[in-house]
Amino acid sequence: MNDEPISLLNAGGSFTSSPELPFETDSTDVLALYNDMLMARTVDTEAIALQRQGELGLWPSMLGQEAAQIGAAHALLPRDIVFPTYREHGVAWCRGVDPVDLLGLFRGTTLGGWNPTENNFNLYTLVIGAQTLHAVGYAMGILRDGDVGTGDPDRDRAVLVFLGDGALSEGETNEAFVWAAAQHLPVVFFCQNNQWAISAPYSVQSRVSVAQRAQGYGFKGVRVDGNDVFACLAATREALAAARAGQGPTLIEALTYRRNPHTTSDDDGRYRTLAENDAWAALDPIDRLRTYLQSTGLLNDANVEDISRRGKALAEHLRSGCRALPVPGHASPFQNTYAELPDELERQMNEHLEFVEAAE
Amino acid sequence: MSIKQFSLPDVGEGLTEAEIVTWLVKRGDIVEVNQAIVEIETAKSLVELPSPFAGEVHELHAVAGETVDVGNPIISIETGETGTTDTSPTPVEEALPAMETGEDPKLLVGYGAREIGTHRRRRKVKGKVPAERPSVAPMRAVGGPPKASPPVRKLAKDLGLDLAAITPTGEDGVRTRADILKASAGTESIAAGQDSPGAGTDVADNDELRIPIKGVRKHTAAAMVKSAFTAPHVTEFVSADVTKSLELLQQVGQRRDFRDVKLTPLTFVAKAFLKALRDTPEANSRWDDAAQEIVQMRKVNLGIAAATPRGLVVPNIKGAETLSLKELALEINALGSAAREGKTPQTAMAGGTVTLTNIGVFGIDTGTPILNPGETAILAVGTVRRMPWVIQDEEGERLGIRSVLQLAISFDHRVMDGQQGSRLLADTAAIMTEPGLSLL
Repeated sequence: MNDEPISLLNAGGSFTSSPELPFETDSTDVLALYNDMLMARTVDTEAIALQRQGELGLWPSMLGQEAAQIGAAHALLPRDIVFPTYREHGVAWCRGVDPVDLLGLFRGTTLGGWNPTENNFNLYTLVIGAQTLHAVGYAMGILRDGDVGTGDPDRDRAVLVFLGDGALSEGETNEAFVWAAAQHLPVVFFCQNNQWAISAPYSVQSRVSVAQRAQGYGFKGVRVDGNDVFACLAATREALAAARAGQGPTLIEALTYRRNPHTTSDDDGRYRTLAENDAWAALDPIDRLRTYLQSTGLLNDANVEDISRRGKALAEHLRSGCRALPVPGHASPFQNTYAELPDELERQMNEHLEFVEAAE
Repeated sequence: MSIKQFSLPDVGEGLTEAEIVTWLVKRGDIVEVNQAIVEIETAKSLVELPSPFAGEVHELHAVAGETVDVGNPIISIETGETGTTDTSPTPVEEALPAMETGEDPKLLVGYGAREIGTHRRRRKVKGKVPAERPSVAPMRAVGGPPKASPPVRKLAKDLGLDLAAITPTGEDGVRTRADILKASAGTESIAAGQDSPGAGTDVADNDELRIPIKGVRKHTAAAMVKSAFTAPHVTEFVSADVTKSLELLQQVGQRRDFRDVKLTPLTFVAKAFLKALRDTPEANSRWDDAAQEIVQMRKVNLGIAAATPRGLVVPNIKGAETLSLKELALEINALGSAAREGKTPQTAMAGGTVTLTNIGVFGIDTGTPILNPGETAILAVGTVRRMPWVIQDEEGERLGIRSVLQLAISFDHRVMDGQQGSRLLADTAAIMTEPGLSLL
């Protein structure tokens, strides 16, 4: 198996087609990709600042993973559904989730933050690998609804589930792989191999690449340059099309790098070198797309100015929106546990509310 | 005009304090939102804090070097705004991406400002201010046993101090770790409150420089006090003619497979010490006071004391007894350079069982080392000197010039006696004198 990641847009910003992964640059709005990658970075940068200002308890940064997330997200149809980890801020952005809603979980004002059915973007999952089981379960539902392989472009749908390299060593993930293969489920596993599971490098987890693992389970594995937005888009588009058409699951490995610490609570200086980080900074996904856009004349002063203005507005929206997030009421844990509040829980809720009132 | 305060946030999930390392702004500076204003060091990492406000720096409430509690103001900024903070969110419709609904399936998410209308906008919420915490209850003067947390109680017990006799400075009459350490250092007479943060840097005149006790210095001090007043130390010395070891060192160093390995007398001492430890395993153990047991470790995690720009650290080599000379040399060098760069992984700082301290690098002959807390033995390695020495061979006794090394061992007399300590030291010295002995 050829293990070299497929690359379409190289670090120098030039496009080369690949026989392994057909892709036409005019099949997508390249400027939209660029805009969304920059907005994702804005969300990330602003959230880190808010955490440092004491407004958020924690923030998991996605710096360096913009191409993987925006590329994958641009391959989705509105009716496809996404199961994210807790780092898919770029995917959330592309699905239309208000970035302020992402902050609630990390500010401690909510256990969720958005309605998963509104944008077909499930809630963030903090338990490593757990979302892969939710995803295959959902894919079983799609299969039973008969929304796979009908050939009707308005009906067929698929699941896109995100995972990191650390999730590969979890039991859940392996169970999900087994089940997806056995049931021939319409699911695409998109693994952003950012090479560090907190402080554990990928090399201590596996002797083969992520993509190679798929073969053992019995489905296709694809390895792409995760800092190449075209390759990520093309691979996901192909895999989702196959899933919708009833051709079963695919595992995509987007080889990338988490340039910031695992979260704002982590100090990555204790386990990796600055030189490694510098090497990946030189492979920045946004820089290379900018070079491409400049060389093709798609980027001009007017849209640079436009994007910059959007970025500033987004940053201000995050700052003011974060501080205005509503403080949850004392009843909310009770009200949001079941779809319909059971009598016993209602009794407990009332007791708790009386207790709170008495204490105030 | 309004002045806004920025309080020290908890930037690491459950931190209670942080040290101000460097101010990046000063009074009168104009700052922008998110401009880095200060570098702080927490128990977890070094972090730059960005300003939440734009405006002019009105006052810095803490000085560099000061340890500040989370929640205390660190800077005041005069903003151009009037009144209170406006928390209504800025609408961002036009920045949000739009999702395609079907006309053009190839364009699924777009950069155009399409109306999608499904976004819920958060309205300004009249923030429900959490109830003020009750103010701290007055310190209880009488009644009940002295208050302290279990680790602090243990520290007092280990140091042989009576809790009741120590003045509490914590909330509600609780004795803190600092109270115990202060009492053990005999400075208990300093009234509580006098040592408030920042007080230490108010220099009255230029005759004295007051340096806040913090970071590695603070930890080293606590560890040394604990060790010195817990384990009864015995120190023994020996001088050894290590000429043969040095010759061997040179020979080994010339081997191809040692070409890139830095070999020093310390490497040989470490190897000899590890070999000698096999016959005196008592030294590789710890005193478990709570269990009333001496715990002998099967593996040797050999600590190497390293002087770094931040102070003394003692990272250790796990399972050192299993390493070859070359592996040992590589580990020692890696540990040393990581320590000097401040990059010692936490795992290397924990679990040490016995320690080497190389005072020879400072040109010193010997010393009386203090045990790394919890360990039973520490070996101080002096500098190698060319010295007159009485040589004894078949021709009888004569004077010669030899390479002489002094070794000193301190050990915990609760765990072992002079017999074991002497044997360990003598065995180590014997191998250094006659490296061929290690073949036995």
